[in-house]
Amino acid sequence: MRRIVEVTERVLETPSTVTLRFPYDPPADPGQFVMVWVPGDDELPMSLAYTDPRSKGITVKAMGDTSRRIQSIAAGARLGIRGPYGNRFDLSPRRVLIVGGGSGAAVLAPAAERAIQGGSTVTVALGATTAAELLFRGRFERMGARVEVATDDGSEGTHGFVTALVEGMLARERFDAIWTCGPEVMMQKVARAAAPLGVPVYCSVERHMKCALGMCDACALGPYHVCVDGPVFPAERLLPLEEFGRSHRDPSGRRVPFGSR
Amino acid sequence: MQVGPLLLRNPFLLASGIWGESGRSLAGAWAAGAGGVITKSIGSAPRAGYPNPTIEEYDSWGLLNAMGLPNPGIDEYPREIHEARSAGATVIGSIFGGSAEEFARLAGRMAATGVVALELNLSCPHAEGFGTEVGSTPADVEEIVRAVRREVAIPVIAKITPNAADPAGLAAAAEKAGAAAISAINTVRALAIDVTLRRPVLAHGLGGLSGPAIKPVGLACVWQIYERVSIPVLGVGGIETADDALEYVMAGARAVEVGTAVTRGGIGVFARLAAGLSDRLDALGIRRLEDAVGIAHPSGS
Repeated sequence: MRRIVEVTERVLETPSTVTLRFPYDPPADPGQFVMVWVPGDDELPMSLAYTDPRSKGITVKAMGDTSRRIQSIAAGARLGIRGPYGNRFDLSPRRVLIVGGGSGAAVLAPAAERAIQGGSTVTVALGATTAAELLFRGRFERMGARVEVATDDGSEGTHGFVTALVEGMLARERFDAIWTCGPEVMMQKVARAAAPLGVPVYCSVERHMKCALGMCDACALGPYHVCVDGPVFPAERLLPLEEFGRSHRDPSGRRVPFGSR
Repeated sequence: MQVGPLLLRNPFLLASGIWGESGRSLAGAWAAGAGGVITKSIGSAPRAGYPNPTIEEYDSWGLLNAMGLPNPGIDEYPREIHEARSAGATVIGSIFGGSAEEFARLAGRMAATGVVALELNLSCPHAEGFGTEVGSTPADVEEIVRAVRREVAIPVIAKITPNAADPAGLAAAAEKAGAAAISAINTVRALAIDVTLRRPVLAHGLGGLSGPAIKPVGLACVWQIYERVSIPVLGVGGIETADDALEYVMAGARAVEVGTAVTRGGIGVFARLAAGLSDRLDALGIRRLEDAVGIAHPSGS
């Protein structure tokens, strides 16, 4: 059931990313998402960046018109929230590598928090276009994770994609699991790099969503519905799919290659 | 089992609008035990549907939706049907149009994909220019079904709205025009308002109600349609258990469609319904499902 909440806090995380916090007490676990309705506007699926018992938070990157408008929402504004929906990260692995690209860190941060609280060691490979866009770097460091970064423009850390950084880390260190969220091509590369080493990879996947209840088929991905079978998938289920890393479906259900509009 | 000209492996069809945008999903419903799968309603051009919110969920009643007939369009959709048929699924193609001519054109294209039958969406309650707006008078229904029948040789199922004064009259018009079967009902026109915000919840305002709340409405429609037509009736609306299905059958349905139950109990609902039906038929001393069709009517079967 949908609930109307009042935004209590707005935080500018990076020049293109904003966090909105609001009171919402249905229990949620890292990996899950909520449907966020801006009254008078659209409703979008948003991973939870904060999963505290009484308050939740979403971290929104300016992508389309609606996410831009969600970003401009001030404290005191009203949102309609339903959920949480979807599955969770399995927090049991002891040595976890987190690979976040762009706003993908939003869903990974609460997972890292819980894992560290549970006694796991967390290493983070964080990628962004430029240093100022590295999302939740400070949050990861404060919770006790070791963070390495890569930027497309070389303004900080490894110059290039985060996947190059990950390949180096996988060659040097051992991990029990990798959790990743970001551009699908990035997740695909991470999964392919980890496969020969036998390290299980879990990807948080994004698709256009309407019902979030496993009915409307908008988020169909191979035999799965991202809203109820995901959004977290073991990479070995995704790699064989012809769509993974290549195409998604637009609101009409047409298959559209990534990177085209 | 035979339902008029349709050969089905069991009486539980996946209703249109659920899981029907992708061929893999249709194949998944088939693999989960659906007796046949009905596609999302397909139109002449790609259609994004309405903006979200498109859904309001109720714990016990079911769902209110105004998706707005999103679909990839008839040019793109055949690849999805191909995928479902490659998995062995019995596929029924649902189409919607704004006129008899458009329905006929779409019918030809859809029939060419190899579907076993067509279901005409004459009943979506919330799409301007389509659905109920073209299918709420007997004359309109008759014209559309006749135009489609002229175009295709495969069986034509007319899906009837409950949002009309006389749904049975619409079914009779479809039969007169050559429909092979009737499916009833589509969703019931409905509305939800958020009192804090003082506005409708769905972006489109009005929507259609589905799920347990509408079962009694669907049963009444099937009951009345059964008394008016001699072609088979497919019952749809709020079926979640074998007894729900049996109610529809005793009201006059020969098979049923299942939709909202998939969101409430998962796709495993098809296996549960099939197992449950066989148990219930045994317990009730009914030898075959066919023997129960219409037996609740005073005239008996």
